[in-house]
Amino acid sequence: MTSAHSPLDPPKAAPGEPVLEVSDLEVSFPSEAGRVRAVRGLGYRVDPGEVLGIVGESGSGKSVSSLAVMGLLGAGARVSGSIRFRGRELLGLSDGELSRIRGRRIAMVFQDPLSALTPVYSVGDQVAEAVRTHAGVSRREAARRAVELLDLVGIPNAAERAGAFPHEFSGGMRQRVVIAMAIAHDPDLIIADEPTTALDVTVQAQVLDVLRTAREVTGAGIVLITHDLGVVAGVADRVLVMYAGRAVETGTVDQIFARPRMPYTLGLLGALPRVDEAEKRPLVPIDGQPPSLVQLPPGCSFAPRCPVSVPQCTLGEPALAPVDGGTGHRAACIRSDEIARSEAVPAEIYHVEPVRPAREPGPVQRASRVVLQVRDLVKHYPVSKGLLRRRAGLIRAVDGVTFDIRQGEAFGLVGESGCGKTSTLMEILGLRAPAAGTVRILGRDVVELDRRARRAVRRDLQVVFQDPMASLDPRMPVGAAVAEPMEVHGYPRERIRRRVPELLRLVGLGFEHADRYPVELSGGQRQRVCIARALALEPKLVVLDEPVSALDVSIQAGVINLLDELKDRLGLSYLFVAHDLSVVRHVADRVAVMYLGRIVEVGEAETVFGAALHPYTQALLSAVPVPDPVTERARERIVLTGDLPSPADPPSGCRFRTRCFLHAALSAEDRAVCATVDPPRKPRGDGADHEVACHFARPRKVL
Amino acid sequence: MTLGVREAKRAGTTGAGGGGPVDAAPDGLRASTRGRLVLRRFLRSRSAVFGLVTIAALYVLAFVGPLLAPWDHTQQDYSAFLRPPSTSHWFGTTQIGEDVFAQTMRGLQKSLTIGLLVGLLSTLVAAVVGAVAGYFGGWVDRVLMWLVDLLLVLPSFLVVAIASPAFRGHSWVLFALLLAAFGWMLTARIVRGMTLTLREREFVRAARFMGQPSWHIIARHILPNMASLLIIDATLNVGTAVLAETGLSYFGFGVQPPDVSLGTLIASGSRSALTFPWLFLFAGGFLTLAVLCVNLVGDGLRAAIDPSAARGTARVRGARRARRFLRRAGAA
Repeated sequence: MTSAHSPLDPPKAAPGEPVLEVSDLEVSFPSEAGRVRAVRGLGYRVDPGEVLGIVGESGSGKSVSSLAVMGLLGAGARVSGSIRFRGRELLGLSDGELSRIRGRRIAMVFQDPLSALTPVYSVGDQVAEAVRTHAGVSRREAARRAVELLDLVGIPNAAERAGAFPHEFSGGMRQRVVIAMAIAHDPDLIIADEPTTALDVTVQAQVLDVLRTAREVTGAGIVLITHDLGVVAGVADRVLVMYAGRAVETGTVDQIFARPRMPYTLGLLGALPRVDEAEKRPLVPIDGQPPSLVQLPPGCSFAPRCPVSVPQCTLGEPALAPVDGGTGHRAACIRSDEIARSEAVPAEIYHVEPVRPAREPGPVQRASRVVLQVRDLVKHYPVSKGLLRRRAGLIRAVDGVTFDIRQGEAFGLVGESGCGKTSTLMEILGLRAPAAGTVRILGRDVVELDRRARRAVRRDLQVVFQDPMASLDPRMPVGAAVAEPMEVHGYPRERIRRRVPELLRLVGLGFEHADRYPVELSGGQRQRVCIARALALEPKLVVLDEPVSALDVSIQAGVINLLDELKDRLGLSYLFVAHDLSVVRHVADRVAVMYLGRIVEVGEAETVFGAALHPYTQALLSAVPVPDPVTERARERIVLTGDLPSPADPPSGCRFRTRCFLHAALSAEDRAVCATVDPPRKPRGDGADHEVACHFARPRKVL
Repeated sequence: MTLGVREAKRAGTTGAGGGGPVDAAPDGLRASTRGRLVLRRFLRSRSAVFGLVTIAALYVLAFVGPLLAPWDHTQQDYSAFLRPPSTSHWFGTTQIGEDVFAQTMRGLQKSLTIGLLVGLLSTLVAAVVGAVAGYFGGWVDRVLMWLVDLLLVLPSFLVVAIASPAFRGHSWVLFALLLAAFGWMLTARIVRGMTLTLREREFVRAARFMGQPSWHIIARHILPNMASLLIIDATLNVGTAVLAETGLSYFGFGVQPPDVSLGTLIASGSRSALTFPWLFLFAGGFLTLAVLCVNLVGDGLRAAIDPSAARGTARVRGARRARRFLRRAGAA
């Protein structure tokens, strides 16, 4: 790497000297209610070439602490403590002095790559600008260097693509550009704030690879802030768990994942559904809410939610003390020694019953009646262009989708964003005659439905949306929201009045919630209200569109458990759409994998996840991070090249062939087959129910 | 099961308050209707209740006051020209000996009714037309917006002026209706715009998938979500209507002598506001009080309907932060 250092710069770090050392960091903001103490006494260090993962739920202070390091907090923030970058104190430096360090010695990668790039300049210009900002190079030289950097982060045809604008890039590509800007000056420290949260798993795997490359090339220390323990397990060397503005546990990645000593960490690990786990276990939900950072209770801030708290916990805030004989592993819990001695697993500590009632085995279930039957469903959107609204093309959002769902079955639909999952749902929920194909709900074809029959079907078909805040009317109290479907379907008042508290109790809410507005509830509670509303009419089929993706991990666990339990108790069928494969594996009985408007593989969840045959399924599964550093290191990853092709112009023959690793390894003859013949969906493997649309499907170990 | 654990825990906390949900159900009668909850929240706001009570009191005063006063609003007291307030003329007299109290009460009757009626009616029409146009779209939208544009280009003052002779002798309520008919178009356009964005929100989609008919969705989901706008609009309209009536009356349309309204009283009294303040002060004071109270009620209603009235949210922090970072990094 070429970079021009001015003589004023501190020298490159000597080995053993930390790049960044934070101690006693305190950050507070003014608010209506009082000062919010967002970060309280945080300390950590990052060595050169090391990745420190900072993990915590929303509001734990993880982002604020790194903004403090960058000196990017607003004027209202009060920061104290010490932030030493390569031995030099950053706190108290003027903005001008900080600017000389920022962007050159310390780089930052943000969550949303679209808003981090200026829409009106080409990406090449933006990277070149980042190069010129700190190095006195000519325009031409900067442009050349920009192309070099874009090539380094894996932008194909970098020289050509440098002229493109941010909106012409996909999310993953944009994030690569942002990383290219970050490493332009060979920084000593890269702070990545949720760099992959907005991305699909396959793209996430690519971006994490780029971050690894960036570290190798620059030798920089990386602070990786994320809420996803899976990402941390795969990338980080050391982990810091934050809760309510404090570090509650820190250690190497193996220590934290194998021997967590703080109940909160235990809970987080137990709350995570795992894609590599065949056996279903109930997840560990952590009860309650993180405390308000304005008026903290005395003592341990986790004590109110802690399942093993004792009266002493409220006496004083426990210090981060060495555990397990002081090997760099420290935890802030007065009972960490007891936890170490008992070697408890999360489910035990959180009193979650380990065994679920055994379900009926597959064949018996398959025999029950079909609640939803979809045959060759098609949904095309016309794209119009220009002044005269000429039809310029056709987006084939859903292009021949076939599946059915039986009673008491959870059917998962997975795929990257843009593959047509949501369009499929909307077509089914619309209850209108599809452009082509048939949709039969409870044995009735939607084409035959008249007004009255459609209403009757609506009763049996309910939906839960992704964002509970958006799907609840903000001006409607919870009780009225839950009562609404019953009013629509003409339930007598008396019955509604009795049923509302019943429903709220069913989803684990109290009756006192009926009078509240959605803003007064937490995310998890809101989603519970949505579920209660969906269940009000005792439906047969519930459509769940990413029901937990907007929730924090610990809260997500509670909602997933609830969904699981309701299905067993009420005999519901689910059509479950999610991009998180771990969640799908946990919830679904059968799974269909969608790619570009088609289902490429469908079968029992165990078969699809355990013995995936389609290369796309294999790639998806291999991209899902597993929250276990040992497994994660041993895994071989299939990294898909490129992005999803446009659904307006899908590739000929097999739609997946442009990104298929299997296709690339085939003989020229076989490749011609892929390019010309659209593979039909055929039963494969030993499971009769397992169908795969691939000419050359073969098993491969991915988990 | 986890649920069991949680339920057991809750039973511990709510149980103290009177047992399980079955016992609580009678309470549910009051809890689950939105109207009751809004009413309760409204009543909690003291200033709003004060406003409502004062408006009611003004009405009572306007209709009962003349019965108690010794003078009629048309009567002239030839023994008292331009007298300041006294025991026989509570608010004083005018240049030609009319009793200011009787006139103010008579004017208050008119102006309160005109103001409230026009304010409510025009906002209601705006809400319905705008929401219907925005929600249904298509030709409904086109026809309604065409009507709105047409009414917007018509000079409403002129139309009212031309039409008012036809109403002469009829009730001035008709006049109020005419004022309302020309006051809703701009708001309807704003409402339509808001409806277009609300229509795509998930909770509206959820209601549609529930089988809720379109009219119900408009009434129960769309309109409550723009209540703030509508209420502000209605309160503003009340004041505007009283003033518009004044303007029209001044030019000889609307309320005609010997009949009076607060507007005509203010118009005639303002010239001598400093020398003979009682001619102006009482009418002006009552108008201010009425508009102020309407505002208080509007504010209270807004807070009662809007659950996040006092809260602020910051959702776009990421974007702002990124921009700030790039700017600073670039500035060096």
